[in-house]
Amino acid sequence: MGYTITEKILLSHALDVKHIAPGDFIKAKVDLCFGNDITSPIAIKEFRRLGKDKVFNQNRIALIPDHFIPAKDNRSANQAKVLESFAKEYGISNYFELGEMGVEHALLPERGLILPGDLVIGADSHTCTHGALGAFATGVGSTDLAYAMAFGECWFKVPETIKLVFKGKPRKWVGGKDLILHAIADIGVSGATYRSLEFTGETIDMLPMDDRFSMCNMAIEAGAKNGIIEPDKTTEKYVKAALRKYKPSRKSYKAVKSDKDAAYSDVREYNISRLEPFVAAPHLPSNGKPVSEFRNVRVDQVVIGSCTNGRISDLKQAAAVLKNKKVNQNVRLVVIPATQAIYKEAIDEGYAEAFVRAGGVFCTPSCGPCLGGHMGILSEGEVAVATTNRNFVGRMGHPKSFVYLSNPAIAAASAVKGKIAHPAEL
Amino acid sequence: MKIKGKVHKFGDNINTDEIIPARYLYTIDPGELAEHCMEDADPRFASRVNEGDIIVAGENFGCGSSREHAPISIKGAGVSCVIAGSFARIFYRNAINTGLPIFTSPEAVKNLKKGDTAVVNITKGEISKSGRKTVYKAEVFPGFIKEIIKGGGLMAYAAKMEQGKASQSRKTAGAGKSKKTKGGKAAVKKKKAGKKGKK
Repeated sequence: MGYTITEKILLSHALDVKHIAPGDFIKAKVDLCFGNDITSPIAIKEFRRLGKDKVFNQNRIALIPDHFIPAKDNRSANQAKVLESFAKEYGISNYFELGEMGVEHALLPERGLILPGDLVIGADSHTCTHGALGAFATGVGSTDLAYAMAFGECWFKVPETIKLVFKGKPRKWVGGKDLILHAIADIGVSGATYRSLEFTGETIDMLPMDDRFSMCNMAIEAGAKNGIIEPDKTTEKYVKAALRKYKPSRKSYKAVKSDKDAAYSDVREYNISRLEPFVAAPHLPSNGKPVSEFRNVRVDQVVIGSCTNGRISDLKQAAAVLKNKKVNQNVRLVVIPATQAIYKEAIDEGYAEAFVRAGGVFCTPSCGPCLGGHMGILSEGEVAVATTNRNFVGRMGHPKSFVYLSNPAIAAASAVKGKIAHPAEL
Repeated sequence: MKIKGKVHKFGDNINTDEIIPARYLYTIDPGELAEHCMEDADPRFASRVNEGDIIVAGENFGCGSSREHAPISIKGAGVSCVIAGSFARIFYRNAINTGLPIFTSPEAVKNLKKGDTAVVNITKGEISKSGRKTVYKAEVFPGFIKEIIKGGGLMAYAAKMEQGKASQSRKTAGAGKSKKTKGGKAAVKKKKAGKKGKK
């Protein structure tokens, strides 16, 4: 029996084993481990307790303050400072400060720090995003990060893999976000618990990288250990461009694919050629329905950004909808490009101007409102449409507020109409 | 080793935003986090919970974010263990790594009600209601995961490993070798890793 791409990557990094099977507990070497301003302080505290005078490898760790940044209050500033001090003390070069930083799951691929075939752990649940590069990338806790910074290893239980096959050409305004919302509506928020989700099929082959990142980003919302897409020419083009531009210390990689006779615990097929844009209603990411089923859902705030949909093609799509239109007078539109580079490109391409002229605000990269941090919190009774990834109770602010998840085009159209809307209605 | 505690019951999909909302993630102090434990699932939990109490919940407990603040706040509130129908995977590993005992047992969840006194045999993974004979079995942890939990968490386990390596090197040095060789250290590490790699 052959191996899936996830099994292959785990095996090639595993210590002291020659074969693996789902259910096995293994220890494996990591190519990169990272954390943000919320999760790294605990990791750093635990690391320091070991009393080691150096980290396992200064180039294979990244520390990215992105959640409560720019520092929203004293205590957030102190937490971010913990990262800065530790990075300086231990010579960690991949520390990203304001002015060059970004939301971690957009910044790291952009910088060529994650490569096909890599085994990556991050102290953030959306680490699964990087599976779009054909890497095994999974979210872990702060203590796992501390252990990895010390020893360059992590323990894993080998997951079974569920294969999701997507067929058909997406309609206009339908992208990776809609495909994943549709899949999670099908399998549920625990439908893939402890499993690997492998996205494949002709639709995936057609998807640009930004859409692939969106899909893998939300694998965790089905409970998955990781989401992954086999690397192909699209992946290679993206990775080579990043390596050329940023010249990171690690340049070589070994792209792998699933064997033809690999075993899957479940295989599901979706023909998406007639799929409409999907919207997930409060309070579960699995509560997704076609956008046409939402009539007269009044909206107070629209957020376009996050590690799910804050990339340049997301902003391009939103700007195309908003150009020469005005944001509804009852709506606050908050646009947050995911990295400094995307921020600059959005200015150069005129997207920023489109947002601002429409009456929206264009902000510095941050996770901000996605987790109810800052830069757009909801008060009691308020409703938001967001291109983010979670809509649990209280996610974006007051426990009695409501978040609908969508793609950037739906979010932009909703900002104009003042209610959940499709661009065709404008 | 046995735990005995009062049951606080919760439903399915209790997520980490409910266990410890983002507005409290400005601190890593267990005491401060404990004050807001389970706040968006039950605003009165933190004031009602007593040392040794047990959380019993449905499926997919701890889904959502990777925030380790979740098990830290639960432990900080004095909760002795969490029994659930199933756990979300990042919460599962965070609980193990921080030494919060967790048990997967849909049968126990079905039969334990709010206010019951539950008894948990940690070593055997057996759960029962105080005074009753029926025993519900929880999923048993394999191999080195048991050692991590026994040791009080991942970093305690790591510290023990480091101590073991250091004393091995001292023994080797004492036996006549003049310096710690890289090969010698690696050989010890490999031997220990091989032991823990078995299921």
